[in-house]
This record gives sequence, C-alpha cells and structure tokens, in this order.
Amino acid sequence: MSVAAEAGRAQTTERAGPWSRVTREFTDPEKRTAYIMILPVLLVILLIAAWPIVYAVYLSFLRILPTVREFVGVDNYSALFTDHTFYQGLLNTTLFTVVSVVLEFALGLGIALVLNRGFVGQGALRAIAIVPWAFPTVVSGIMWRLMYQDQIGIFSYWAEQLGIISGPVLASEGSILVGAILSDVWKTTPFVALLLLAGLQVIPADVYEASRVDGATPWQQFTRITLPLLKPAILVALLFRTLDAWRVYDLFWVMSDRQLESLSTYVFKFVRISQVNLSVGNAAAVFVFLSSLLIAFLFIRFLGTRAQEA
Amino acid sequence: MRGKGFKSPLHAVGFYVVVAAFVIITLFPLWWVLRLSVVDAEELAASPGAVGIPEVLFDDPKSKTDNPWLPLSYETIFADPNFKRGLTNSVIIAGFTTLFCLAIGSLAAYALARIEFFARRPVLSLVLAISFFPAVAIIAPLFLQFQGLGIINTYWAVIIPDVLIALPLTVYLLVAYFRELPKDLEEAAKVDGASTWQAFWRITIPLSLPGVVTTGLLTFIFAWNEFLFANTFTLDPTVQPATVLIPQFATIYTTDYGAQAAAAIVLTLPLVILVLLFQKKIVSGLTAGATTG
Repeated sequence: MSVAAEAGRAQTTERAGPWSRVTREFTDPEKRTAYIMILPVLLVILLIAAWPIVYAVYLSFLRILPTVREFVGVDNYSALFTDHTFYQGLLNTTLFTVVSVVLEFALGLGIALVLNRGFVGQGALRAIAIVPWAFPTVVSGIMWRLMYQDQIGIFSYWAEQLGIISGPVLASEGSILVGAILSDVWKTTPFVALLLLAGLQVIPADVYEASRVDGATPWQQFTRITLPLLKPAILVALLFRTLDAWRVYDLFWVMSDRQLESLSTYVFKFVRISQVNLSVGNAAAVFVFLSSLLIAFLFIRFLGTRAQEA
Repeated sequence: MRGKGFKSPLHAVGFYVVVAAFVIITLFPLWWVLRLSVVDAEELAASPGAVGIPEVLFDDPKSKTDNPWLPLSYETIFADPNFKRGLTNSVIIAGFTTLFCLAIGSLAAYALARIEFFARRPVLSLVLAISFFPAVAIIAPLFLQFQGLGIINTYWAVIIPDVLIALPLTVYLLVAYFRELPKDLEEAAKVDGASTWQAFWRITIPLSLPGVVTTGLLTFIFAWNEFLFANTFTLDPTVQPATVLIPQFATIYTTDYGAQAAAAIVLTLPLVILVLLFQKKIVSGLTAGATTG
C-alpha cells in the first residue's frame, strides 16, 4: 500500500463516525476485494456447517418417518435420555477421552521437554514423529487389531509369554476400550509432543538464564516459567485432542467390529442403519454438538490467555 | 535449558534412551505390519513372536508364486477388484476435495494474511472453530438433504462435506505460508498499477508455490483419511473409498492376516513416503497453523 493511500486513510479515520467506518469497509477497493475473496469459504461454512446445525436442532423436535414429519416436542430427547445404549456410548466416550488425553498430554509434554535441546538428528526425529499422524485412523485401528489378534498378534504373544493374559486380548468391551486407548496414544502423542515442542522453542533462553542467576531451582523454572509461557500451546493441544477424542468413531468401529458404542457410533447407527429412529439419532447428534461447545468453552475459559494474538 | 552439552554422562544416557524408546515405539507397529504383509503362512505359524527381517525374503524368489517379486498377500488384495476400485475412488474423492479447498482456501488465506479488514479476526476464529466441529452432528440433516438432491451414493456426497472439514487445515497453512513472503514485491506491483487480484495471482501464488504444494499434499492426506462421511453417504463399492472398504477386509479375509496387513500397508505407505519427503515444511506448517491460531 502506498504512503499516500495510508495518509488518506488516516485522514478519513479522524473524521470517521461509526457509519463511515462501516461504509469504508466496502468502499475501500482493497477491503472490498478482501470480502469477495473470503466469500466462497464463508458460503461453504454457512451451507455445509451452520445451516445443517440449525436444521438438525429443528429436526430434533420432529418425528421423521419416510412419509410423515410431525412436531413431537422433546419426545426425541426423552427417548434418548432413557436409552441404555446412549449412556453406554456416553460412558465409553468419556472414559476414552479422559484417559487418552491425559496420557497423550503427559507423555507428549515429557517428550517435548526432553527433545527441547539442540542435538544431531532432531530433524529426522520430527519426521518420525509425524508418521503416525499421516495414518488413516481406520488403518491404524486395523494394524493394532492385528497386533492384538490372539493367534498371530505380537501383543497377545508377549502377554502370553509374560503370563498377563491367556486367551484373546480383545475379548471384552473393557479390553477393547483399553486397546483403543493404547492405539490412540500411539497415534497422537508424537503430534502433541511436536505442538508443545514448537511452543517451548519460542520461549527465549535468557528468561531461564535470568532465573538461574536469581537462584531458581529447575522445578521452579518449570512451574513458574515453562508452564505459564507454554499455556497457549497447551490450550491448543488439549482443545484439539479433547474434541477429537470426544468425536471418536473410526477407531471403535474398526477395533470392535462395531460392537463398542461411542456417542458418534450411536448417532451413525440411527441415521444410517435404522432410519426409523433417525430422529433420536439426530437428537444425539445435537447433544454431541452442544457438549463439544461446552468443552471448548470450559477449556478457553480456564486456560485461555490472549491465544488469539497472531 | 537448550544447548549442546549435557550436565553429566548420566543425563546424556538418559536423553538417548528416551529418544531411542520414542523412535522404536513410534515405528514398531508400522514395521510389524509390514513384516506381517510379507511373511508366508508357514513362517508366521512357526515363529509367532518374531520381529526381525522375515526369512522368506532370503528364499530363492523363483521358487515362489507367479510374480516372484510381489509377496502373495499383495497379489491377493490386488486381485480383488473392489480394492482397486476403492483406491481409485479414494484418489478421486481426495483429489477433488484438495482442488476445491485450494481454490477457495487460497483466496480466503490471501485476504486473511495480507489485508486489514474488520471481519478478518472473526473469520479466522470461525475457520478455526470448524476444525473443532464434530462431523457427526451434521450427518442426519445432510443425509436427508443429499437424499432430497439425489446425490447419496455419489462422489459429491463425500466431497462436499470433506471440503468443509479439510478447509481449516488448508486455510491456516496457506495463511502461514503467505505471511512468510515479504510484502515488497506485491506492494511494488500495486504501485505499478496492479490490482489486489493481480498481485495475488501473478506474485503471491507463484512465489509461494512450494507452500501451496505442501498444503495441497496435507489436504489430500486429510481427505484420504476421512471415514465418517464416506461411511455414511456411500452405499456400495462403486463409489466407496478405500478407508470404507478396508474394515470389511477383516470379515472377507478372516484368517488371511497377511492380506489385511498388505491392504493397510498399501493404504499408508504412500502417505508415509510423502510425509517423509516433505517433513520439514509439514512440521513447520502444522505447528505454525496451531500456534498462530
């Protein structure tokens, strides 16, 4: 932008009332271009995300059968909240989310702290860390299921040699859940570590230097310097992982031959397999959306700093 | 905290133990499944706990199957017409998703990276919010609408929602790449009378081409890996991508574990190779996308 244009803009700003600010957003040719450029993305978000959500909320108060649609108030929600399978899905999803996110965060932070030093082969290590991220979740589910398989699986072989388990590893819903958590921890811990490592590397070294001069112990450095300064990266990592785990679908689907219920598999079953109950499944979908919103709100409320500062 | 030296030899040993454990644990499942896809049934039965290089590789290749260089498991799955069809469908769906995302995402990313306008920050937040969006929340309304439009069980039914969920990745990566470019050239062009559009198309895009290619690659991987929409909106193997077909292999090739392993390898190895080739850009792009959020 030329100096003259900058000066001209400064002048208009001085005189600008609220209205002229609004009109300037659309009369300034560059700003107008910006709005045209973001228009397609906005349209996609509006048509494929915003509108379906509004429509889903509306539909959740209707009974939908192939031929009839009638208003039934909160019937779908009462059917949902009295369904035993829904609570099973809610419980499994909650356990999966809490355990896997805690493990991934603790391990990821540990790895990031260890790797936060210059050493030969750091680049190669980052490349390796990104490998599991590139796997489709269904494929990593299949790979882990093969490793748990009771005749040829390497895990069941080790478990048997060590005398931990005899017989099939993935025999009960509980063990499938543990298996799914391990697989998820394997797939996403390296990514969490990379995110946190990126956060660690923007902390200037002289902050540590100064605190050492003042006699801070390593533990004090960690709790008073590292953690507070890492907060934005921690927020991003936790928010990403928690909401991603909360919508778990593919992993349960593959690991358990569709037996293990999650919130998302519950919705899917009702939408796709028994369309008679589409309305109830849709009510569950609205529940998933609202609970995700609540999780995001809580994280931002309690961990949020000015993370938006780009 | 950073720096070359270790405080003591013990620290050095501890450090390399952690690094080695990390590398081994991360790569082991890939190695083990690769091994499973290559060994033959006898060797597998004889040594269930083996993790080394399979002995079958040292056998005389001419004593083996019709195609001496291709292990049997790979022959099995490539003889399956549905598997080949699934791979083609995956390429088509992920390819078109990537094209659409790059086309509309690069425009938006340019505006968000370069132009100061009132809606900039709200739009950035909105795009970020989409990456947290639970896809399952919209499958019921989309299913009804796609049914109404008659596009259930077509590529479109998967590409349309895939574009939505891949967009945040595309936009955030491109914003990061566009911001890396110095503004001088664009400004010089504008002084010479170029419009914002010309600056974008003639200068920014050609100069950030490596970034655009990396972004396209990551968007492709993202769409390639998508499962929920594909599993909901496609009904038969003519349009189903490989991610939807492959879980069915567990029931089709019940005891042919090698075939299941080979299918998993075929689906991931190309991605792993791409990721390793572009790792530097990918890591900086992904973490920049997350930390500037």
